[in-house]
Amino acid sequence: MSGLSNKSGLSPRPVEALTAEEQAAEVADRRRARLERFWQGAIFVFIVGGWEISARTGVADPFFFGQPSGVIATIWRWSTRGTPQGPLWQHVVVTLEEAVLAFCIGVVIGVVAGFALGRNRMLAAAFGPYIRMGNAIPRVILGSIFVIWLGLDMASKVALGVTLVFFIVFFNAFQGVREVDPNLVNNARLLGAGPRQLSFDVMLPAALGWIISSLHTSFGFALVGAVVGEFLGATHGLGYLVASAQGAFNANGVFAAMAILSVVALIADFLVTRLERRLTPWRQTATRSSL
Amino acid sequence: MPNPGRGRAEIPNPAVAAVGQGGPTIALRDVMKRFRTSRGDFYVAVHSLTFDVAGGEFCAIVGPTGSGKSTTLNLIAGLDTPSRGQAFVLGQPVTGPNAGVGYMFQTDAVFPWKNVLANVATGPLYRGAGREEAVRRAREWIGRVGLAGFGDRYPSQLSGGMRKRVALAQTLINEPAVLLMDEPFASLDVQTRTMMENELLELWSGTSASVVFVTHDLEEAIALADRVLVFTAAPATLKRSYEIDLPRPRNVTEVRFDPRFTQLYEHIWQDLRDEAVIAYERSLQQVRS
Ligand SMILES: Nc1ncnc2c1ncn2[C@@H]1O[C@H](COP(=O)(O)OP(=O)(O)OP(=O)(O)O)[C@@H](O)[C@H]1O
Ligand SMILES: [Mg+2]
Repeated sequence: MSGLSNKSGLSPRPVEALTAEEQAAEVADRRRARLERFWQGAIFVFIVGGWEISARTGVADPFFFGQPSGVIATIWRWSTRGTPQGPLWQHVVVTLEEAVLAFCIGVVIGVVAGFALGRNRMLAAAFGPYIRMGNAIPRVILGSIFVIWLGLDMASKVALGVTLVFFIVFFNAFQGVREVDPNLVNNARLLGAGPRQLSFDVMLPAALGWIISSLHTSFGFALVGAVVGEFLGATHGLGYLVASAQGAFNANGVFAAMAILSVVALIADFLVTRLERRLTPWRQTATRSSL
Repeated sequence: MPNPGRGRAEIPNPAVAAVGQGGPTIALRDVMKRFRTSRGDFYVAVHSLTFDVAGGEFCAIVGPTGSGKSTTLNLIAGLDTPSRGQAFVLGQPVTGPNAGVGYMFQTDAVFPWKNVLANVATGPLYRGAGREEAVRRAREWIGRVGLAGFGDRYPSQLSGGMRKRVALAQTLINEPAVLLMDEPFASLDVQTRTMMENELLELWSGTSASVVFVTHDLEEAIALADRVLVFTAAPATLKRSYEIDLPRPRNVTEVRFDPRFTQLYEHIWQDLRDEAVIAYERSLQQVRS
């Protein structure tokens, strides 16, 4: 049977039982995956356990360094009975709202500007130096100015986030357009593409890889912008929780807000990865179909 | 010889009359192309290039590496402009990419973000065909190049030979009057290559397209072409043109055993080897200096 089925190259071979070697390799693979997960857990236990022990034995003063059990208790208290500054979910929603707004606005402006300057040398030469100068301004200082200009509301946090997101996306979009394979552009021109088609059917998809790879970093920065802005002056948000806990010398509170923030960041990262797969199917299909 | 390149469009140009209606499909008149080097001086890629390609003619270009073969195709395609002289396609001076020209590039140029069907349908869509019409014609051409059933694959999921077929279908679907091919099959294994060469001849025989086919492989050039142009080493120009009077339809494998093939091969090979030796010695000199 095995000899005959080889002759027609197109019809797939029937699924055969795994050979002993293949089976052994799969078992080894699974064992390695388990070991990797074990070490991940072990490192977590080591760090958090060490922290807890040194807090309890007095090596590290829990008043300054906090204590994992205290952090967990704080998170529990906040989520069940609310924070001293109001319900926890309100703060999370406010921070997320600011981050998502800053992310969307920053990405849109960044892509449009990066694309325009990448396509047009004159624009790039005219605006390039000023954009680089703008990127050199320390953003924390801008944050203080935005609070003065735009007040304690969302607007100042969104503005800070936008200034962070914009530059990352801008430089990636710009680079993406500049690095488009000239062969692809020439091919499109000979196939009959006009300037619009060159822009949207060739340059944009070719630059999409660059733009998308900047989205991970930029959502992180949008969150940073929101939290730093809240820290500098706000009435709501996770950054405000950090600032309040700090004001009350509550180290556990600071760590609790940080832990919540990282969970939010991880979930956002996961969602951006999903978006990436949706937007660039030509990259993932190979791996996806093999799953 | 008068220099036709000077008086671009406005001034009546003797060369335009010479290559007007009913003339050759492609005409190069005393074409020179030079590039500015990083040192500030010029590097002449091709010069004094004058040749015609008739309608429906299959013309192969061979020459040592760096002898301006790709540059010549770019000039015909309108992707580059001559520094001097003028190229004409279908009787018109070349000023930019021309709708009647199809070009298969030396390196892969299919769009990685489009699947096979979308890649092949690109040309008709750019030229204003409706989506349904474009898809229907694309399916037809995908079948014709032997990729039926692979329409929804992305280029990264295809073999090198299959990608070449996609590029071929993508180019031929526009039914170009001029087909430029730059070492299209150079990266393929011998069997696939022979198969593709035969398919190309068959597809071409169903059209009235003029072909300019650049290759390093003299056997390939003779097996496919009506005429072989030999380019000199850099600064390159046309050294000699050979008529290939082998009968058509041809099978590229069988034609190699034709005694006339061997005769032509030996003849042209002398010419080509001399140029290759010059090119090689020059590259050695450059390394030393
Ligand atoms: N854009 C450019 N700028 C500067 N020099 C160039 C440019 N394009 C080509 N050249 C030079 O012109 C010469 C001819 O190049 P071309 O690509 O036409 O050679 P070729 O005959 O196609 O070679 P190969 O057989 O290796 O593909 C080369 O020496 C190359 O370095
Ligand atoms: Mg070349």
